[in-house]
Formats: sequence, C-alpha cells, structure tokens
Amino acid sequence: MEKELVIIGGGPAGLAAAVAAYDAGVRDILILERDERLGGILNQCIHNGFGLHTFKEELTGPEYASRFIKQVQERKIDYKLHTMVLDLSGEKVITAMNRKDGLFQIKAKAIILAMGCRERSRGALNIPGYRPAGIYSAGTAQRLVNMEGFMPGKEVVILGSGDIGLIMARRMTLEGAKVKVVAELMPYSGGLKRNIVQCLDDYDIPLKLSHTVVDIQGKDRVTGITLAKVDEKGKPIPGTEEYYSCDTLLLSVGLLPENELSKKANISLSPVTGGPVVDETLATSVKGVFACGNVLHVHDLVDFVSQEAAWAGKSAAAYLEAAGAAADNGTIQHHTESEPVLITPAQGVRYTVPVYLHPEEMKEQVTVRFRVSGVKKDCAIVAYQGETELLRKKRPVVAPGEMESVVLKKEMLSGNEDIRICIE
Amino acid sequence: MYDAVIIGAGVTGCACAMELSYCEGKVLVLEKESDVCCQTSKANSGIVHAGYDAKPGSRKAEMNVRGAAGMEELCRRLDIPYVKNGSLVISNSEEGKEELTRLLNQGKENGVKDLQILGKEELLKLEPHLSPEAKYGLYAPTAAIVCPFELTIAMGEVAAMNGVEFRFREAVTKITRPAQKTPEAGKTPEAGKTAEHGTTPKDQGGFRIETTKGIIETHTIINAAGVYADEIHNMVSSHKLNITPRKGEYYLLDKEAGEHVSHTIFSLPTKAGKGVLVAPTTHGNLLVGPNAVDIGEKEGTNTTGAGLLEVLEKSSRHVADVPLKKVITSFAGLRAHEEGDDFIIGEVEDASGFFDCAGIESPGLSSAPAIGEYMAKLISAKLELPPKDNPVKERKGVTRMRELPFEKRQELVKENPAFGTIVCRCEEISEGEIIEAIRRPLGATTIDGIKRRTRAGMGRCQAGFCLPKTMEILARETNQSIEDIQKNGEGSKYLVGKTK
Amino acid sequence: MSERNLTCIGCPLGCMITVTMQGETIEKITGNTCKRGEAYARTEVTAPVRTVTSTVKVTGGSLPVVSVKTKADIPKEKIFACMEELNAVKVKAPVHIGDVILENVCETGIPVVATSNIEYKCSKG
Repeated sequence: MEKELVIIGGGPAGLAAAVAAYDAGVRDILILERDERLGGILNQCIHNGFGLHTFKEELTGPEYASRFIKQVQERKIDYKLHTMVLDLSGEKVITAMNRKDGLFQIKAKAIILAMGCRERSRGALNIPGYRPAGIYSAGTAQRLVNMEGFMPGKEVVILGSGDIGLIMARRMTLEGAKVKVVAELMPYSGGLKRNIVQCLDDYDIPLKLSHTVVDIQGKDRVTGITLAKVDEKGKPIPGTEEYYSCDTLLLSVGLLPENELSKKANISLSPVTGGPVVDETLATSVKGVFACGNVLHVHDLVDFVSQEAAWAGKSAAAYLEAAGAAADNGTIQHHTESEPVLITPAQGVRYTVPVYLHPEEMKEQVTVRFRVSGVKKDCAIVAYQGETELLRKKRPVVAPGEMESVVLKKEMLSGNEDIRICIE
Repeated sequence: MYDAVIIGAGVTGCACAMELSYCEGKVLVLEKESDVCCQTSKANSGIVHAGYDAKPGSRKAEMNVRGAAGMEELCRRLDIPYVKNGSLVISNSEEGKEELTRLLNQGKENGVKDLQILGKEELLKLEPHLSPEAKYGLYAPTAAIVCPFELTIAMGEVAAMNGVEFRFREAVTKITRPAQKTPEAGKTPEAGKTAEHGTTPKDQGGFRIETTKGIIETHTIINAAGVYADEIHNMVSSHKLNITPRKGEYYLLDKEAGEHVSHTIFSLPTKAGKGVLVAPTTHGNLLVGPNAVDIGEKEGTNTTGAGLLEVLEKSSRHVADVPLKKVITSFAGLRAHEEGDDFIIGEVEDASGFFDCAGIESPGLSSAPAIGEYMAKLISAKLELPPKDNPVKERKGVTRMRELPFEKRQELVKENPAFGTIVCRCEEISEGEIIEAIRRPLGATTIDGIKRRTRAGMGRCQAGFCLPKTMEILARETNQSIEDIQKNGEGSKYLVGKTK
Repeated sequence: MSERNLTCIGCPLGCMITVTMQGETIEKITGNTCKRGEAYARTEVTAPVRTVTSTVKVTGGSLPVVSVKTKADIPKEKIFACMEELNAVKVKAPVHIGDVILENVCETGIPVVATSNIEYKCSKG
C-alpha cells in the first residue's frame, strides 16, 4: 500500500493533524489508531476543562475528542482502528497489524508521529517494598473507573501530583473511595493550580509536598504504604516516616513520550523531552516525518496539542506539495537548504520545542513552547539572539508543571546566532 | 494413593515432576502458590553457571556441571531460549588474580571446559563497559543464560502432558505415617530395597499429607519446598534442617540497555554468594543484582531502599555506567540457604520414602535438570516404576509473534485473527498468544501467570496499558468475572467492585 | 474587613485572586486577569458552585458506563447528593453526547447530559 500521508495515532494530536493536512490540500491520508476508538486518552478524561482555547467553552475529554472526530469524519479522512504499528523505517515504510488486514506495510510520502505518551511506572521509581496488586498508574485507574466502570480500590494513597493524579483523587472520592493523601516528591505540585483547588481542597485531601513513598506493604494486595519527607535532593529523611493503611497506591509520577517507533526509524531524540528534535515546521531528523502532541513533548493542555498538531499537519502538507512540485519539474527538493539557527534553553528553561529553526524558510512566526526548571515569581520570559533582546514577556509566576510559550516573529531574527530563551 | 507427591512447583519440583513423568506412576505436585515458579525460582538470575564455583566433590559441583551440560539440549526440547553468552568473574586487584586462579583450578577439577584468565586488554575487548578498574577476569565460555520462568513452566507442562497432576493454592500442614501395614503373606521384600524394617515404602503405607484443602496419601514424597524445605523435612525427620531465606534484590532494565554487556559479569565471590552480577537476559533486558541478606521471614520478598542501593553500588565496581535510568522494575527473591552450604538431595535417613531437595540455592537453576533426573532415578528404583512407552519429551512454547518472519506472522493472523490484536504494546504480545498461554496444559490462571508465559506486561510500561485488556481476556477465557481476576495468590484481586 | 485568597479554577492559568469582604459584602476583587475570574471569585465566596462529571450505568452498550456532566455548575454542597442520584440511573444504549440523562439533578433545575457516545454492543470481532 502507498499513501501520501500516514498519521500514527488517532488521539487529539493525530486528529488535529489530519484535519489540518486535509484542509491544506492533502487528500490521501490514513490515520492508524491502536485502540478501538478514535480520541485517544481523551476518552477516559471525562472531567471538564478542555477546549477553552480551541472552542471557547469548557468541554469534557470525550466531547473535545468528538469535535475533532466529527471533523475527520466530515472530511472522510480514512482511519484504521485496532491497528498497531509495529515498525517504522527511515525510508518511511510502516509495518502495522490488525485482525482484519493482518500484517501489512505502507509506504508513506510523509508521516506524522502522534503516538502520545505513557505513564512512568512504579518500577522506574525504584519504590522499595512488595509488589502486590493494587498499585496502578493513575491513567490505568482512570480507564478502569471511567470507561470500564470498575473500582480499583477503596482506600487510596496517590504518589505524584501530576494532573491525572489530582483528577483521580477527586474521581475516586466521588465514587466512594477514601483518598488519604497525595504525596509529591518535589517542593511544588506537578499539576495545574486549578486542579489542586477543585480536586484536593474541595474534598479536604491533604497534599504533602517534598514527600515520597519509601515502602509498600502487603504481599498479595496493598495493605499500606509508608511516606517519608525528602531533603532538597529528593532523598528520604530518616525518622520522618509515616504509615498509611490503604488498599491502593496510584502513581502520577510523570509522562514519557512514546518514541519506540521513532527510535526504529533512527529519528534523533532530545534527551530532555524524550521526543524528537524538530525544527520550526515540526519536522524531525528524518525527512518527511513530523511530530506533534505528547510524543514530541508532554503537554498539560490538549488545546495546545491541537494547535501544535494542526501546525504539523500544515507542515506535512507543505512538504508534500514541495515534494510533488520537485518531482514534477525533476529537481531534487531541498527542504532545509539554509543554515538552521539553534534555539537553546538558557537560565531557568529546561527545553524548547522546536530545537532549531530556519530563518529564511520560516513562515511569519513560530511558537516556541518550553518548560521552566523551577518555580519563579515575578519574572519575565526573555528571548535573545546574540546580544539582541527579541522579546520580553512578564509573568507573575512560572512553574515546571505549566508549559510556557513565546512567539518568535520572522522579522525579529537576523543572522545565524543562537536564540536563547531564559527566565529573568 | 499417589506413588509420589512433589511438594513445591519451583524449578526443582518441576524438574523432578518432568523426569518422573517419563515413568509409569501416579504423581502429584503440590504448590501453595497459584502457579509454578512463584517463589525462589521466580526471582532468579537465570544464569546457567559453568560450574567452577562449587567445591569439588560437593553435590553442588556435581549437579551444576551435569545440569549445565544438558541445558542446551533441554532448552531445545522445551522450545525455550538458551543463550551461551559466557561469563566473566572480574577482579579489580592484583591479589584477586590468585582467587581467580583458585576458581579456575576448581573449575578444572569439576570438569568445566575452556576456562581461562584474561588480562585487562582482552577483557575490555570482550566487554567495553567493564569498570576501568578491572584487572583480571576468569572467562567461562560455557556459561549461559536461560529464562527461569520459561524453564520451570516448560518442565511443568511436559510433566502435566505426561499425566502428572498439579494442585495449586494448597499448602502442606502436616505429614504423618499411617499405622504400618503388615506385609502381605507370600510377598517378601526384595533385597536391596532397603527401607525401615526391610520393607518397601508401599508396604509401609507411605505418608499421609494433610494440606489446607484435605488429605493426600502417597508412597513417597519429594521435598522441593524451597525456603520451606526445612519445615517440610522437619515434619518427618528427627535430624532437623534449618533453612535461612537469603534475600537478593535485583533491578531489571529496559531492552534499550540490554546490550550494555553481553556476558554475565560477576565480581569475585564472597561467602554470602556470587555477588552482584550484571547480565543480559534471554529477552534482551539487562539484569543487575542480587545482593545477599539473611532474613527471618520466608515470605520477605520485598525490596528495600538499602538493598537496592547496595546493588547499585556493588554493580558499579565491575561494570561502568550501568544506565540505571532505564530501570523498569526491581524485585527481590529468596535463596534457600542451608547451613551445610551444599544441596541436600536424597532419601532422608530416618524417613524412608521421603526425599529431600533442600538447600537448593545457587547454582540451583543450573542444577535443577540434573537433580530432577537423579530424584526420578531414586524414586523409580525404589517403587519399581517402569519407564513409559512413549512419554512426551518435547514441548512447543507459546507462539512468539514478534520473533517470527513477516510471512509467517501474516499467515498466523489469517488463520487466527486474535494474533492480529496487540495487547501488550511494549513487548508486542498479541491476544492470540495470551489465549494460548491460558489454554495450554498447566495454563495461566492469573495475570502474573500470563506475564510469565507470554511476557505481556513485562515491558517498559509494566502493564499500564494492557492490564485492563489482559484482565478481560483472562476473565473471558476462564469464565470468571473481571472483578475476580487475581494478580497471583489468594487475596491479590485487582478490583474491589463496580463503580455503579 | 476580611480578605480571602482564592485560586481561580476558571481556566488553567489559575490566577490568585484576593477578595476583600466587609461582612457579607464584597468590597474589592483583585488578582483576576479576566471577567471569568471575577465571576468565579464572586460566587466562590458567596455560594460556591462546581460542574460535576461522572458516569452512569449503560445497558447493552459497547462500554458498561457512559460519561456525563451537569450541564451547568451546581451548588458545591450538592456534589455528593448529585453522585447519589447518578448512581441510581441506568440508561440504555445507544447514548449520544448531549442526551439528557437526568432532567433536574437534586432539584437544582440543572440537567445532567451525556458527554460521550456509547453505541450498541456489536458482536465480538
């Protein structure tokens, strides 16, 4: 099979990318989705708070997803469900499998990676103790409760104050469970402030910052956990242990972009985000392969995923058009002819997406998204190129849990010196 | 009345069961856990030791060398992976060379082939990630790795296919000898079948085993109860055994780290064991561990902060830059250490018909097939069990989709669409494989059982994505409600009910 | 005069809002960056409200539950009463986004609507 554009993943990123690519003129599009429905993880995010930017109203996850699913269906964009992509080659050959078609390969002219992310597991944290039933990542529990209608436990401790953990604290409480405490290793929460208020404060669930789980008891099913305070380095402080009896431990300790396929295609990945290194068109190091959404870097708002994905969709369309034109007049197309300019995370900034841009080819502007490395109050986000200050944006507070962005305009840039983004 | 009851379905118990199943006779395996390979055998390095560690003349040396020699062929018959990756014992000091030489000579005496001592340069050629401190290494090219789950499960399956009965979740509480029967008139015990009072075990009325579920009668017993082997032994013998659970903690790393080393790398052995090793697994992960801590608790399979730190620190002495960021899980196992520091295998002096396989610590996995063979020989001789005409000796493993060529996979999905649905993304395990694991002889009844048979849930996300789906398949295949699905043992249910 | 510090839940920004009160009367609202914030602060200090999102049981559907929400905010103190009413509801598949599940939850005059689509359970395969 041959396709102009294949989108791997039918979650929010994949859907928005497909719609944007279609609207930019691409017709031969195929979305590959491993789950039984489109919409990805949004289907289990039944809480509201989605879509304020995109639709100017507050939607639940499934509602938000359904808007994009509708757009995909209206455009008659082709998709395959229950389809697992097993391999991706640097030549853009996709090997996938499902029950109906069996094992098959697709040669794509362009690919958009939209595989999303996965949750960090207990194992990756090396939490000591037994390995009983009753330890779930918050997302697994969310799926069980919200889609399958099952209760994973009655007395719950949550480690990690990421948004899914906070949302699940409320959700489990509403369904009759007792959430005893949410512990967070860092001295600040990893989730949105609104979620602390409406998911913890509303239900008097304590949040213990600078705490972690140091022991899990119970051989068959969790019977309790021990929390301890940690020092500045995150090491448990002896003597601060506190025991909580519980039957369930939920983990909301971070999300990791799922780039197993990207690795198979030898796409360069950022050691900081775990996602592909991209330029201003969200193009990866393999020509014709683009990335967007949580596979690129973990977002906290789906609205920004949709925006980013739409950008990837447009970029893929432009790439296909240029490739087509080049094929027509027999020239070899050079996408990245000019020298790229690096965007480097400077003081207080952990990473940026994109990692570099091409000032000559870029459109009028590019949104640079990034995360800060620590909480800082009354500060400014500043972008420099060389010694020139490109922009300065005041912020009352920045926190690692909340993604920031700046818009770089083409006219701001000159020369090939690196662009630095920092917090002052 | 059983001819033999094997207590414990670990690697030793299953090896005994498999070997005994080649003979006529009624054999039962009793296991207190929910599956085979649930305790000591589960948390194991998976190393087929070359055989230089054990003292010449010891049971350990004899069984290790014999077991290791037959392992490759056994794995072929059982259709499980076996990788002869070789091992290195590393010394960071000049003085260590002496100890390496001692091991080499010991190995030679035990009959281990091709051992040699390498210098730094040669070592680094073999293993670029060795610690820069490494000076000498004992190279044992015959050492190998196997998957302890698969070896145990496969031997259990062969036994089951040959008619051995397995009962799980049933613990032994008491063993007695029923009142002695008087020998039947006209039947004189054969010479050589020496047992108490010169009678065969059959004449003695055998044993009466009380379990948590009932009463079982048997002519003979094989005690393969791991860390509980002392308790079982002490039920029948006045020569008491004392087994100390010796905990070992491990890290398992992502397949991305699997090529950090290619050989099994040991540091110099200490009194407590072979020390912390760094080794690839047959499935391409990297294993780091174990430490050795004597504990009192026979179910103490919890990891500890201190223990995990110790493993970390010790592993770095002989291997550099172990990528611990790639850890996907950590776990602990218990070695069944007996004070005599050797395997105790054979008939118990004051309890004729009762056979011990006790103190089976390292190199227990390597030795298990040899121990099984030896036990089967003892028991079949004692009970005069004739060999079966055509016992099953080979077994086909669960289909491993991801290892098959493209066309073969295409064919399989066409035949059975369940192979087309990937359930575990990390390990690429299909629904078809999970169904196979449930439906096969001695099939999986728990989520851990599926994991050990297929690797579903064993990958980097540690079942985050596939657990709900795996539970659904297991419930459907075993006619249970999803709420009743267990992780492993009794009381390990995942769910407490429905939300609505 | 008393002050109440709130974190706005109107949007992900989570503005810190200070409400200055004179007894029961609001004197001043500061810290908000939009009108929604002011409105939030006003109700939060007088009669706090929340949207409730949950699920209700579905029979004959591709999934056993369907997600729902209160179409508008309901008084905060009625959240658990609302959950109880929802727990008693059972709907038949198919259910579609926007379908009214409960006309008037806890006498608030506010309906509960479905937020996802559940189709008939199709045969296996």
